[in-house]
Amino acid sequence: MTSEPDGSHGRPSHDGAKPDSALVVEHLTKRFAERVAYEDVSFDVGYGEVFGFLGPNGAGKTTTVRTLGTLVAPTSGSATIVGIPLSAESGPAIRARISIMPESPGLYLRLTVAENLECFARLYELRDVRGRIDRVLQAVNLTERASDVCGALSKGLRQRVALARALLSDPEVLFLDEPTSGLDPVATRDVHGLLDALRARGVTIVLTTHRLEEAERLCHRVAILNTTLRLVGRPDELRAQLFSRNLEVRTRTQLDEPGRVFDGLAHVEGWEQSPTGSYVLNVTDPDAAAPGIARALVAANADILSVAESHHSLEDVYLEVVDEDVEAKR
Amino acid sequence: MGFSWVRVGAIVRKELRDYRRNRFVVVTMSFLPLVFIVAPVTQLFTIKLSMTSARFDDRIGLALLFMLILPAIIPSVLSAYSVVGEREQGTLEPVLTTPIHPEEFLVGKALAALLPTLAVTYVIFGVFLGAIAAFAHPAVASAIFERNHLLVQLLFTPLVAGWSIWTGIAISTRTSDVRAAQQLTVLASLPPVGAVALMNFDVITPSLGLALGLAGGPLLIDAMAWRVVAALFDRERLVTGARG
Repeated sequence: MTSEPDGSHGRPSHDGAKPDSALVVEHLTKRFAERVAYEDVSFDVGYGEVFGFLGPNGAGKTTTVRTLGTLVAPTSGSATIVGIPLSAESGPAIRARISIMPESPGLYLRLTVAENLECFARLYELRDVRGRIDRVLQAVNLTERASDVCGALSKGLRQRVALARALLSDPEVLFLDEPTSGLDPVATRDVHGLLDALRARGVTIVLTTHRLEEAERLCHRVAILNTTLRLVGRPDELRAQLFSRNLEVRTRTQLDEPGRVFDGLAHVEGWEQSPTGSYVLNVTDPDAAAPGIARALVAANADILSVAESHHSLEDVYLEVVDEDVEAKR
Repeated sequence: MGFSWVRVGAIVRKELRDYRRNRFVVVTMSFLPLVFIVAPVTQLFTIKLSMTSARFDDRIGLALLFMLILPAIIPSVLSAYSVVGEREQGTLEPVLTTPIHPEEFLVGKALAALLPTLAVTYVIFGVFLGAIAAFAHPAVASAIFERNHLLVQLLFTPLVAGWSIWTGIAISTRTSDVRAAQQLTVLASLPPVGAVALMNFDVITPSLGLALGLAGGPLLIDAMAWRVVAALFDRERLVTGARG
């Protein structure tokens, strides 16, 4: 490994791959006999990007990561990882430049934290093993626990050791498979803090997660995978793609004739009353629609409590897509 | 990226550290050999010189056979655990995500089982010889210290261990249960012991030529085994439990 642990890497270019893409995946498919793990998956991830992989259990997220990590051979399709085409022969070269943190930390529980890291530093044939270990332990705030046997660590600390191990080789792409799975809120917050730091350093990260708020907070773009790739984009793009924009109007008392107030207003395409009593208006442009709505409410002598844009979360997007798939299967 | 002894060394070092802190391994390595030394030494100390020559030879052969069961038995547990055990513990996948080649991983595992096996077996054999030299009847000592017997023991110890280790690793690579792997490995370790038994019981008269000839087979198998086992090593099946 020639790159330094400050996260600075060259940007390799390769024939057929976008020069600024750390990952280019084209029509990748994996089948285990008759079972389809994932099918016709295409996406690319830029250097320095944090890319989220979302999907229900069995959607093919982990298998996709294992394929890109050269642990599993694709049935068809192609991929280029850090400029190297994915093939059986290129496995060791690709694995030398990426790192995968599996869902289970997989530490040697009778060995100390430092011994675990030392083993992996030598598997990557790193120079200055001691220095590397010190730096990654510092990065995950575990310097004080270097001599602790891993079997004695809490689940959260083991996850941190696994993250330190993944950082040892200063990877150009870091695959994190459910890094906060099973962690309590404090340990989750710690891991999020570490991922924030990596993101700030410009490390390319592919993150698979069930935690939608985690993806929304950490990822530049997300993909929703449910055997096939259903959506790829920035969370706000996906929201706009799936949901119309809404303004929520709250008044002290219910309007006598809300239709007369809202029907025909500029930029308002429709409205409905929510179960909580507020009015949800579909609008083409919230900023343009809001003043007219406020004037109409004042004209109707309504006591306005608030007029605010209602936001759909990434969870709404996710559930919309997954529910569509469930409906389609019925 | 060629074969790297640094990566092999990383696996060996990790394994030896792990053995040292595993009570089960320490017990297997230290107490089992003691059992194997008590039985033959007791047999040889109680030999009656009035017995027939054939029975005398049988007792000597049986005692020496115990010494050659050790290199077959000691590494079988370690090698049977080597791949499937790591898989069960969830430690295999992180290792396979590194640039390590299957051959490096397997040679590391084999060396880590071979080194303590040789050390323990030769030490036990040394203790056995010392006890015989010091306390056994001179006729018994003279039979034990016969050149052919020593040659068989010294030559076949690493070969029997190598057979046992590679068989164990091959089984460990292809099974999905540690217990099944250990049972199969113990069974598979016995054939070379049988061949050696024939020599120790003087069914086959051991000679330098015969010993070298018989050693050639296991030596060739041991030398080729790492490539064969590497071919059996299916990264995808080991990680996913399924074949694509």
